[in-house]
Amino acid sequence: MEQVTTGDFQVIDNCLLIQLPEEIDHHGAGFICECADRYLVREEVRDVVFDFGRTRFMDSSGIGIIMGRYRKISCFGGKVYAIHVDRQIERIFRLSGLNKIVEVLES
Amino acid sequence: MRNEMEIIFDALSDNEGFARVAVAAFITHLNPTMEEMADIKTAVSEAVTNSIIHGYENLCGYGRPGGQDEGSACEKANPGKVKLRCVLEKNILHIEVTDSGKGIEDVERAMEPLYTTKPELERSGMGFAFMEAFMDELEVESAPGQGTTVRMIKKIGVGGWIEHQC
Repeated sequence: MEQVTTGDFQVIDNCLLIQLPEEIDHHGAGFICECADRYLVREEVRDVVFDFGRTRFMDSSGIGIIMGRYRKISCFGGKVYAIHVDRQIERIFRLSGLNKIVEVLES
Repeated sequence: MRNEMEIIFDALSDNEGFARVAVAAFITHLNPTMEEMADIKTAVSEAVTNSIIHGYENLCGYGRPGGQDEGSACEKANPGKVKLRCVLEKNILHIEVTDSGKGIEDVERAMEPLYTTKPELERSGMGFAFMEAFMDELEVESAPGQGTTVRMIKKIGVGGWIEHQC
């Protein structure tokens, strides 16, 4: 079985790309937040891209992850993007108002 | 047709995935749409997570399954059980998530979107809002020290009909 908490992190130029796991819930959210923040501090990251390509499930914990990272980078002019967003995740974005701070890129 | 199931599990975050998958499996034979399935799984996940982290304040395993400090963190877990009960009446699904944790002082306040008592956990405060949005009915019964019961109802099999009409 795939480890639910493994997200892949990659810094390209000053952009942090986070490959999110198959399932995003509270159980794995803390791990993603911690890893992401480590990159934000260590590397000179300005923007963050969340890749939902692998994600099949997300609850409100996912909103917390994105809002938290947004707060950290927005004061330095950074932006949050999302790619490979399916219908269900887009619904969650709309419902939570997250679509106002996250730019969904068609890929 | 009536069908009922009940599972009781430890209030650990490891069981969040188990709980929503169990409910999903329980209703598969009704051929729910992908959207209905996702809605129900999300709602169950929200309710069970609330019981674990708010009801029993079990932050153990929070983000660190398989981590080195997992053992030490988990030993501090508050003992407690979450009961998940599902009843299917024809195509109407009733879900009941019960804990005997610390309960909610102000239910109305707790249900407000973006309200959270644990901002340090970077939770969005959208749990109840999601349950309300994804299910047809939501009812929360709670009192301080008395635990919490969340009851949700959703009719399955309306998605196809609506799509057909549009």
